[in-house]
Amino acid sequence: MHARPLILCGLIALAAAGCRREEREHSARPIGEQGPGKVVLSELFPGGSPPPGGSHRRYEENAYHMNEGKRLYSWFNCVGCHAHGGGGIGPPLMDERWIYGGQPENIYASIVEGRPNGMPSFRGKIPDQQVWQLVAYVRSLSGQAPKDAAPSRDDHLSAKPSEQQTPAQPPRNSALPTASERRE
Amino acid sequence: MTAPVGPFAQSALHVAGPQAAHIERLWWLMFGVSAAVYALVMAALLIAILRRRRAAVEPEPRPDPAREQGLGRVVWAATGLTALTLLLLIAILRRRRAAVEPEPRPDPAREQGLGRVVWAATGLTALTLFLLIAASYLTDKGLDALAHDEEVSIEVTGQQWWWKVRYHGAPESRGFDTANEIHIPVGATVKLTLKSTDVIHSLWVPALHGKQDLIPGQDNVLYLRADRPGIYRGQCAEFCGFQHAKMALKVVAESREDFARWREAQLAPAPQPADAVQARGMAVFLSGPCVMCHRIAGTDAGGVTGPDLTHVASRRTLAAGEIPNNRGHLAAWIADPQGIKPGNHMPASNLDPADVRALVAYLESLR
Repeated sequence: MHARPLILCGLIALAAAGCRREEREHSARPIGEQGPGKVVLSELFPGGSPPPGGSHRRYEENAYHMNEGKRLYSWFNCVGCHAHGGGGIGPPLMDERWIYGGQPENIYASIVEGRPNGMPSFRGKIPDQQVWQLVAYVRSLSGQAPKDAAPSRDDHLSAKPSEQQTPAQPPRNSALPTASERRE
Repeated sequence: MTAPVGPFAQSALHVAGPQAAHIERLWWLMFGVSAAVYALVMAALLIAILRRRRAAVEPEPRPDPAREQGLGRVVWAATGLTALTLLLLIAILRRRRAAVEPEPRPDPAREQGLGRVVWAATGLTALTLFLLIAASYLTDKGLDALAHDEEVSIEVTGQQWWWKVRYHGAPESRGFDTANEIHIPVGATVKLTLKSTDVIHSLWVPALHGKQDLIPGQDNVLYLRADRPGIYRGQCAEFCGFQHAKMALKVVAESREDFARWREAQLAPAPQPADAVQARGMAVFLSGPCVMCHRIAGTDAGGVTGPDLTHVASRRTLAAGEIPNNRGHLAAWIADPQGIKPGNHMPASNLDPADVRALVAYLESLR
């Protein structure tokens, strides 16, 4: 009998946690107040990883943000080089290998700063919030976003399982692939 | 521009065309029939209640609660017994016992009278249904009776969540694109070819015609005519996603002269910027994200994903009828489209406030 209030509290806590997943934040800050975001330019930090910077996990815990990221991913033509995670002209995003780091801050920096050999810089082109939405979606491609918030199905036929079904692959920083690896 | 504006701009009971008039007649007929049936049923119910009460008025003293409770138990027992009896009866009948003497029948005259009532009611119901079927058939024929000698041919494409409108011309170079606002000449037959590129939508301008679906991969055709000048509101009538409720359009019926003037104005390329601010706005448009989806005839902007903006300032509303087209709303829409119409396909951009002001000045000049 004593278990009942506990279960009830647990359910309420679960429900409250679920709300954050559903929250819809349409625009982060008014236009004009959106300065360029902080970008980490080095992987060397005192005290080891992860790199400093605000926690932006909330974008990964929110179904709306991640879904917006998925729309922007095709609208802004990330698909053109990275395909739906499998890569092509650009490196794949659905595996555990990250040339420039797989933490949210690393991916943010890759998008905002651009990277050598083709990745353009989106600094000043798109609002900060959209970058974070893209970061959350990109991380869900390798199963790193919480399963309860990751997109569960496509509107179109898809050759791969949904982001929700993708097994988690913890990021492993790696050097640029060698010529022989690229041919694989 | 004359009526109807205001509350009756979108009403199937304030019609402006011959087809909508057919539909209105059918509507009133169905309303009348339904009202009569409702009144009849209510009257029958009332009579039944009154007669029963008259029969019950006489003898019974008020039962006490304890007795009531007891009676409840009796009723339950009786129900069980009845079920049991029925089962027994079925068993007995199935054994084909010899027929028993029939019970004394109730008053044959009364029986006959009731029988007549049942027959009359059944006949009346069938007749009413037949009447409605015939009326519906005639309405359909009436809708199709408009001669297919269109003066204007318009292609309407439903998109999430706005209407792309293409006017065909002869030759085709005299055709042009616009969005969310259809102009038609009064008294002329108009042919609407209805298409969709994503999901099923439905065009419904109640003052002019009934609903017609816009289906991906299939062209539906609708002929209509407006007999009165006015601005008639229409909207999507088939659930098509997040912003289905905010997918409206306006049909502007105007005199042939006004229509011809409007058409010529739409055919012209966009005007050149008149001052430095507008010139900056044009530069922002052509070098910013806008150009990826929108088209402005006469410039390098040729995107076809979003609405054609060549003469955007000549339209009455923005965002498919959601907000009035004026400086403030235009600026708000550019700065925060997702806040005004969440989920729509225009992403927020990262423009400098001064650039937004210049952009609005330029777009406002596109009359």
